Amino acid sequence: MSYIPNTDLERKQMLDVVGIKHLDDLFTVVPQNLKVECLDLPDPMSELEVSKTLRAMAAKNKVYSSIFRGAGAYQHYIPSIVKSVTSKETFVSAYTPYQAEISQGVLQSIFEYQTMISELTGMDASNASVYDGPSAAAEAMNMTRERNRNKVLVSSAAHPMAIEAIATYFFGNEMEMELIPLKDGVTDMDALASMLNNNIAGVYLQHPNYFGLLEDAQKAGELTHSVGAKYVMSVNPIATSLMKTPREFGADVAVGDGQALGMPLSFGGPYVGFMACTNAMLRKLPGRIVGETVDAEGNRAFVLTLQAREQHIRREKASSNICSNHALMAMVASVYMSAMGPHGMAEAAQLCYSKAHYAASEISKIPGFELQHKGDFFHEFVTKVPCDPKKVLDLLDKKDILGGLPVENGILWAVTEMNSKDQIDTLVNVLKEVSRSCN
Amino acid sequence: MQLIFERSREGRRCAILPKSDVPVVALPADQLRSQAPKLPMVSEIDLSRHYTDLEKHVHGVNDGFYPLGSCTMKYNPQINNEMASLPGFANIHPLQDESTMQGAMEMLYTTKEYLCEITGMDDMTFQPAAGAHGEFTGILMMKAYHHHRGDKHRTKIMIPDAAHGTNPATAAMAGYTVVTIPSDENGFVNLDKLREAVGPDTAGLMLTNPNTIGIFDPNICEITDIIHEAGGLCYYDGANLNAVMGVVRPGDMGFDVIHLNLHKSFSTPHGGGGPGSGPVGCKSILAPYLPKYNVVKDEDGTFRFDHAPHTIGMMRGFYGNSLVNVRALSYLLTLGNVGPRRVAENAVLNANYMKNRLAEKFDIAFPGICMHEFVITMSRVKKETGVNALDMAKGMLDYGIHPPTMYFPIMVDEALMVEPTETESKETMDEAVQIYLDLYEKAYSDPQVLKTAPHNTPIRRPDEVGAARNPKVRYLF
Repeated sequence: MSYIPNTDLERKQMLDVVGIKHLDDLFTVVPQNLKVECLDLPDPMSELEVSKTLRAMAAKNKVYSSIFRGAGAYQHYIPSIVKSVTSKETFVSAYTPYQAEISQGVLQSIFEYQTMISELTGMDASNASVYDGPSAAAEAMNMTRERNRNKVLVSSAAHPMAIEAIATYFFGNEMEMELIPLKDGVTDMDALASMLNNNIAGVYLQHPNYFGLLEDAQKAGELTHSVGAKYVMSVNPIATSLMKTPREFGADVAVGDGQALGMPLSFGGPYVGFMACTNAMLRKLPGRIVGETVDAEGNRAFVLTLQAREQHIRREKASSNICSNHALMAMVASVYMSAMGPHGMAEAAQLCYSKAHYAASEISKIPGFELQHKGDFFHEFVTKVPCDPKKVLDLLDKKDILGGLPVENGILWAVTEMNSKDQIDTLVNVLKEVSRSCN
Repeated sequence: MQLIFERSREGRRCAILPKSDVPVVALPADQLRSQAPKLPMVSEIDLSRHYTDLEKHVHGVNDGFYPLGSCTMKYNPQINNEMASLPGFANIHPLQDESTMQGAMEMLYTTKEYLCEITGMDDMTFQPAAGAHGEFTGILMMKAYHHHRGDKHRTKIMIPDAAHGTNPATAAMAGYTVVTIPSDENGFVNLDKLREAVGPDTAGLMLTNPNTIGIFDPNICEITDIIHEAGGLCYYDGANLNAVMGVVRPGDMGFDVIHLNLHKSFSTPHGGGGPGSGPVGCKSILAPYLPKYNVVKDEDGTFRFDHAPHTIGMMRGFYGNSLVNVRALSYLLTLGNVGPRRVAENAVLNANYMKNRLAEKFDIAFPGICMHEFVITMSRVKKETGVNALDMAKGMLDYGIHPPTMYFPIMVDEALMVEPTETESKETMDEAVQIYLDLYEKAYSDPQVLKTAPHNTPIRRPDEVGAARNPKVRYLF
């Protein structure tokens, strides 16, 4: 056990100070009949054996050189500086910054993150992060609750995992959720108008939506506010660097998954959930928040603030039970946004948009792969598929291409700045083969 | 320290992305934001130096002793991080075909096998991202169990007064009413009060054992029996598992559902406030309610994702903080069959050693053998000198060591909760003990120095009241 430094001699000296003879004497309070004889596990491994074992597991997973799948997890370029900065051991191993005097580095990095998220979304304030996009969605819908307003409306074109997370959280707090139907892949505004009433607490819209389509986010906001409900928007952080902000659409709360901001695909996590809101909603915002203040000598200092919302003070009256969030992933997002800058972020968004439109126009020319929906999209789109999607995906897999995700009646494709024209053309050629073989 | 925004210069930037190799398609004008976000405009050297500066103003486990009670700040082995960054784990899309990620699924399955054996549980989910998220998951599973049996009148959760604040907050999020059970004079759950409190409306109990004052409750089986006899279920908050792993298992103590903090007992780093991982284990009676998705192993040895028949649904996206779980598995392989017990023994020995040495001057809230942590009460010192727990903690900062947890548990007046962990050596603790004893002397000889501490840190005491009264939570350009 190489991580325990004390030697047998030191243990003996320590036992003497404690006044006992054996290590077992430390556990006399544990009822004898409950004690574990021996764990049924393999023998301990050396570091070399651990390395070999886990490398063997990692080697069984296929890392694709060309990826056209998104649906909530996107492959983007990660600037080299992101990893070098965020793997610094001090950042990695520190605890939550309770002792402000020796934690200014972490606190300031969170304050900077909050500022960047506020800028990106146009909102007044951001928290220090939550776990991921779907959990941020659930926490946001919980924020909309008011006396006599217990029900929320959620777009059916929101990410299915966000819809599920909201439903699961609501099983707890006993709020109600109803799904707003779609019309040609986007949220049906007439349906939304008819579903709204004075008991609705909030409306959740994802823009661009799960199918990549741009929503009428302006209209949804106006309708929501007409009955006094809160408007929650989920956005893609890359898209928002170029496109209208949630604030410009009138959102009260903006959330999303920050994975695109410098985090690898990671078999699903850890990512980061961002949450930002208007000043009016600030005291309902869950999780850690860092604020600026001064120290005893009047110098600028940062602290965890507004803690009266939180579980360690309020216990059962807290706005959420969240404590550990995703601080290190928030730092990843900050370093990414700083390395990219406003221009780099906009370039990434523009590349995504141009490449997705190039790919969509080429793919949709192929018989059987027409676009499923009429509306404009950001970097994802759904095409029809002329045969069993599995056949298409298997063929792509043989060429080391991860194809789009099968969704109802089609395939959801994602294209980012990582997909070169060559990759897109190769994809199109394989799809042409499929199309020919299907006819 | 400058903020990154104060380092920003109009026009400065890094060259990251290429020009488009496809025709540029302009976004419709009515979709564009009216002004660009004010993100930093910096070159790479600005970024590198900025974060190097920030790093100097952070205290990590690599900087020194970190005895934060209830946080289990053990050393984070480097091999774990290296394994988590292998492309075969880091670069796979969570929605790839299962046949292309058998190794990642094996990773989850193996981690589950290890942790189920260590905790005495039958099944486990890795969806929860942190301890509090795990608590919420576990309590929702309890709720689903009762509801599925048509037992919707169980609305109360018993929680001892020594519990972490997350426990009552979790119960409330799950729609339950909290019944606080007082501790007796030894710090144990008051059995009579518990018996009085339970009834047909009892949904369950949330308990940490050893509890938050570092004491193992010897009546544990009676406690879980009382709950079970009332028809409730028992939830084990695994925050303090480090003290007893390999010695006793929550499953054998009568618990039905538990969460673990992999960023505590299982050495994954805390990251300045996450990401952690809070897997939830359960006995087979609760397995039908586990959240989506779980890895199962078929007879032919292949792994696939499945979901429980009465699943509570998803708690978040995908399968949890997978790369954190890789780190935990790396550690579990290192521990093997005998490691967990070695960890517990050494963690408990270290705590008792420090406690005994400090008892020379300080008042220990609950005397006798402690588990992995112990609580000092500064009550008497405060009366005699005016120096309170906060002042003592701030005094430690001037010596370059991280203070213990302050003012928790709330049932102890002027509490300082110390948890050295097993990865600290005797000489590290000896140095810390000497500093604590010096500070004790100083409380009597020069209390003012402590009341105004720290003196040598990057900032002095911050104005927290002002920060909350007039929140400034973003940089204003």
